[in-house]
Amino acid sequence: MTDVIGKLAGIAPGSPLDRARDNRPEARKHAQASYDALFSPKDFGGFPLVERCAVASFVAALHGQPETADHYKQKLVAAGASPDLAVAVAGEAMEAHTHGPYGHYPAGPLTLEDHAGLSYAVAPTPRRMMGNRLAAALEHTHMLVFHPRDAAPPSLQALLDAGWSTTDIVTLSQLVSFLAFQIRVVAGLKVLNARPA
Amino acid sequence: MTAKTLTPPPHTEPKVFTRDQLDWLPWIEPLAESDLTPRHKEALIDAARAKSDYFRLLARDPDILESRTRTDKDIFYNPQAGAPRADRELAAAATSRLNGCIYCASVHARHAAVYSKREADVQKLLDEGVSADLDPRWNAIVAASVALTSIPLDFGPEHIDRLRSAGLDDLAIVDVINAASFFNWANRLMLSLGEPAVQK
Repeated sequence: MTDVIGKLAGIAPGSPLDRARDNRPEARKHAQASYDALFSPKDFGGFPLVERCAVASFVAALHGQPETADHYKQKLVAAGASPDLAVAVAGEAMEAHTHGPYGHYPAGPLTLEDHAGLSYAVAPTPRRMMGNRLAAALEHTHMLVFHPRDAAPPSLQALLDAGWSTTDIVTLSQLVSFLAFQIRVVAGLKVLNARPA
Repeated sequence: MTAKTLTPPPHTEPKVFTRDQLDWLPWIEPLAESDLTPRHKEALIDAARAKSDYFRLLARDPDILESRTRTDKDIFYNPQAGAPRADRELAAAATSRLNGCIYCASVHARHAAVYSKREADVQKLLDEGVSADLDPRWNAIVAASVALTSIPLDFGPEHIDRLRSAGLDDLAIVDVINAASFFNWANRLMLSLGEPAVQK
């Protein structure tokens, strides 16, 4: 079975690692089904493909893994994004890039482990270009990628206020979180593939 | 009118990592149990999950919920070869510890302790964090999970070598990669859609 993870990790069909992955056939099949559910669903709801690809391209660029970053950049263009939008998303990923995971804990013994970091906001010019709705999604996405333990109701309220429905917030959260998984599996398998026993 | 986030009922938030059973309170509205269609129920996979706010919230997008859950179950429960269940649960607990997901860490630290019978080592991971010294095999699994969870990712051939030296074959290494990566998915949903609470 060819799947996006195998393709991005550069695993040749029939190779030892390709066969090793088949030891978890349902995980392999449903990681692909997850990708399909997010990018070619039966119903896009209120979250159109171009927005899904803009968020995905931002997430992948923030992780700095070339194969996945290129894949989602191309997917954004193929989804019909304007050149201005593709440039704005790439530019914001450059601005927003940092090191994680950081964030805060409930006050108490874990306070010693609090680490402050960037609280990202889209700048006025790209915000005008992409609109408040997508800008709010990118701001939320940055928190999810780098400092998810800082999540709190106001981050969800900001999405609701920018026009996101509760159901579309669930899909957005799944999209970003799935990508956090997919990008890591690709990176891990790529290293393993280059290091035969 | 714009929707508002939910205000959780009065509760005690956990302030430390724990193996105790915790509750979880949503910040946005789950589907009502009475509104679940056959498709929602199918996507929940386990009928008992209809009682869970977390799963009824995720059921708002049933297709991605169902695929997420089937991916999760195969990575952690499939007994065919690969890493022992305890190792996979350790990778999940270490990932959750680093990301700071007290809820996920509680569940998977419990599982890691049960399947390994090494309660003291698991508790040490929760108390001291991902630099806790456990044993060579578990240190290698925790280090690999940390390298995959950090962003930028820091996972390299030295992690593969260390896992192999600790006795993991390639099927087991694939399990560690899958388990740590999967918890980078699960932690983000749990942390961002609601909050944990100490059980009354």
